[in-house]
Amino acid sequence: MLQAYEISPEEIERTKIYQEMGLSDQEFQAIERILGRLPNFTETGIFSVMWSEHCSYKTSKPLLKKFPTKAPHVLQGPGEGAGIIDIGDNQAVVFKIESHNHPSAVEPYQGAATGVGGIIRDVFSMGARPIALMNSLRFGNLTNERVKYLFSEVVNGIAGYGNCVGVPTVGGEVQFDESYEDNPLVNAMCIGLINHDEIQKGIASGIGNTVLYAGAPTGRDGIHGATFASDDLAEDSDKDRPAVQVGDPFMEKLLIEACLEVIHSDALVGMQDMGAAGLTSSASEMASKAGTGMEMDLDSVPQREQNMNAYELMLSESQERMLMVVKKGREQEIIDVFEKYGLQAVAVGQVVEEKFFRIKQHGEVQAEIPVDALAEEAPVYHMPSVEARYFQEFQSLETEIPYVENHADMLKRLLQQPTIASKEWVYDQYDSMVQTNTIVTPGSDAAVLRVKGTDKALAITTDCNSRYIYLDPETGGKIAVAEAARNLVCSGARPLGLTDGLNFGNPTNPEVFWQMEKSIEGMRAACTALGTPVISGNVSLYNQSKGKAIFPTPIVGMVGLHESVEHITPSHFQQAGDCIYVIGETKAEFAGSELQNITEGTYRGKAPAIDLEVEATRQQQLLEAIQRGLVSSAHDVAEGGLAVALAESVFNGKGLGIDVEVQGDRTVALFSETQSRFLVSVKPEHSVAFEELVTDAVPIGMVTEDDRLSLKASGTRVIEEKVEDLRKLWKGAIPCLLKSEA
Amino acid sequence: MKFAVIVFPGSNCDRDMYHAVKEVLGEEAELVWYENSNLADYDGILLPGGFSYGDYLRSGAVAATSTVIQQVVEHAAKGKPVLGVCNGFQVLTEAGLLPGALMRNEKLSFMCHQEDIVVDNNQTMFTTNYLQGEVVRFPIAHGEGNYFCDEETLANLKTNNQIVFTYKDNPNGSVANIAGIINKEGNVLGMMPHPERAVESLLGSDDGVKLFQSIIQNWREAYDVASV
Repeated sequence: MLQAYEISPEEIERTKIYQEMGLSDQEFQAIERILGRLPNFTETGIFSVMWSEHCSYKTSKPLLKKFPTKAPHVLQGPGEGAGIIDIGDNQAVVFKIESHNHPSAVEPYQGAATGVGGIIRDVFSMGARPIALMNSLRFGNLTNERVKYLFSEVVNGIAGYGNCVGVPTVGGEVQFDESYEDNPLVNAMCIGLINHDEIQKGIASGIGNTVLYAGAPTGRDGIHGATFASDDLAEDSDKDRPAVQVGDPFMEKLLIEACLEVIHSDALVGMQDMGAAGLTSSASEMASKAGTGMEMDLDSVPQREQNMNAYELMLSESQERMLMVVKKGREQEIIDVFEKYGLQAVAVGQVVEEKFFRIKQHGEVQAEIPVDALAEEAPVYHMPSVEARYFQEFQSLETEIPYVENHADMLKRLLQQPTIASKEWVYDQYDSMVQTNTIVTPGSDAAVLRVKGTDKALAITTDCNSRYIYLDPETGGKIAVAEAARNLVCSGARPLGLTDGLNFGNPTNPEVFWQMEKSIEGMRAACTALGTPVISGNVSLYNQSKGKAIFPTPIVGMVGLHESVEHITPSHFQQAGDCIYVIGETKAEFAGSELQNITEGTYRGKAPAIDLEVEATRQQQLLEAIQRGLVSSAHDVAEGGLAVALAESVFNGKGLGIDVEVQGDRTVALFSETQSRFLVSVKPEHSVAFEELVTDAVPIGMVTEDDRLSLKASGTRVIEEKVEDLRKLWKGAIPCLLKSEA
Repeated sequence: MKFAVIVFPGSNCDRDMYHAVKEVLGEEAELVWYENSNLADYDGILLPGGFSYGDYLRSGAVAATSTVIQQVVEHAAKGKPVLGVCNGFQVLTEAGLLPGALMRNEKLSFMCHQEDIVVDNNQTMFTTNYLQGEVVRFPIAHGEGNYFCDEETLANLKTNNQIVFTYKDNPNGSVANIAGIINKEGNVLGMMPHPERAVESLLGSDDGVKLFQSIIQNWREAYDVASV
């Protein structure tokens, strides 16, 4: 940690202590130019956090501009706390995903907990009531003791925060791969509901208006958290544990209720949460967006530790704090609301005309910086990009069909792979039902929530198969978006838009930057083809340790709308006698597959191909079939291929079985991971209409009532197992791995 | 019948309880903030789930010392119905209105899912609309739902028919599979499962409707109010 708090500007320049804060020589010189003088210690700290990758997106900005962000139903695109999409009837859905990877790598409980807290604040700071949480997690292999600890504590932290704060955690996904061993990914998504006329923005307008600080007092936790998140994890990253914040979900719950009460007051002008870079970023961003300046007196800031200096107060990332701008003279109305909830709200400054960010403490100016220099004028870098060396080699590899001796045994192994196995051990620890809106609880392709007082429902999913993206970033990027949309369509919802959680390695490595560039290109193409704009997001770079980057993992959090709850479709088979269809042909595609993981222990080759036009057509046809009431269940075919999808479809404890026959090579038919496929069950009386509508649907068998999974390939019986036996293996795999000694 | 749903700082099932009673059952209900409480105007008191005071110290312990709980005690002494669900049950045991305590779940982790619950006593004002021994489905969502009491207390609970709900497959280690108990006088019920989350079949179960209907009907009969 930085100790030399009060060294002179000249000393800062001479000792280059700014480098420890993450600023380059060039950036330091730019600061000197902007100020027309050398920055003091506090100012150097302020610039370093605001110009960190985490706050400024300085290397990812040129790529993010490529995303389609506009559509008639988008009310708020990227740039605010969270994006907003219209869902009709004066209502809108607000959502965003955010990463908390580095904190979770060194302090998994608090890292995950505060990740949840932060994303909830992003949503209610827009004026929306948070109605659901999702999360997307990546860990190393569960045979590693440290990974088990990280996994258990991250889940514990998400549960500890989410359950207490009263926002249901309705779903998400967890995947395991070696590349995440030292650098797990913890991405949390929050979804809120709002009326159009209640939308708040984080702006500091109205010269003379009062800046109000509300919530928890400021302590010394999380100082330089944003900088910590903008560097590689090192072997000694444990020493950065003080950069991890500590969460208090009880305080957050009070803050939610107080903030959602004050939005009804016209005394409130703007509101923003204090997230990364704390007071510094919330204040400067609010002023920058409004084209104003701001003056703050740090002596008024509530403090929970003694003798905090300006540097510490400005850079602290203490949790559960909000900054508001309130009409001059009406502060008390707002303060009273916070006091009702036992929260502090105090005036700490005012909006000024001069576009300067001026910080005072003990009667002296501690920092004086042009507002736009911090937010708008942060440096932007166009990093060199070089195609990864492995790429051409993988592209030139011939498709090989892995040798599988016994397909029944292989299905059992696949079902026990942690990435495929039941995640009940995880989601049972989350309160998924509080607020009484959850219609489809965790464990399906998408979570579904009703919208009280209407016939509508919202479907939510998170998805990203990073193995495909590693093999071929552009194709993998397309698949990530397409698969998320597939999940929503299977649940009967029309996809509305997405938030992206872009997790990559160190962008100064040209091959990593190439992965970013290409995967974003692929995502962009899929967003356009499927009509799903990007309305918010987060970038987390430097996810690597010991010189090795994680698999590129741009997580897609997507929200869809059911026009009527009648359209909600389960992912499990419902009734014996229903016809089973696969939509889409199956090719021999095993690169990046779970089967390749088992048979080779590595991933190589060409990622599965995807044709976005075909994808869009199939999704449209399936959605129409669902809306016309022709479909009993729908499930996307993903990791592990058709055999796994079939097994999962009868794991709902209804005692159902299947009798299915597939054609062609049995390994391909059962385990290939060809994209754009759906597994659908249809009542016999609807089969003619269904086949007419869904042109690529192929009948493969029927749902039976005998609790057996019977699979034939071209006339030969390949798998014949009791469903309950398979279900036990699938359900028990993760608890079993967690209990076993390494 | 008019219900008060008491809202403590950190309650988070208050709005769910309100929704169940007001919107689904169509009965009068108000959210009552723990400070501005005059409970004399209400017929039934509902203590909702959540994490009152963040579960700091012990779950329910801080809320049990609040002045509103003194009023709940007086309300209960008049024989009026009091229902505490989840954190509300924890508050009732901490306040001494119900015996025993809720400890951490046997497996130490929070759990949330639907459970099969057995109605062990359908002779209370909360359960007359159920059949004796009926198995219903209510969600549970708790980290500290492991009911404990000493043997003497358990013997008394049994003798006085105070065990109202039990788990069919005990998920949390509760003594005698206890999911919900009533006071000796029969007007204060505490339970860990959430009947207010089970009032609409769209959400998976509407088995909780009968619990609220029982309260309302019995109150109307007792106070001779014509049903609407």
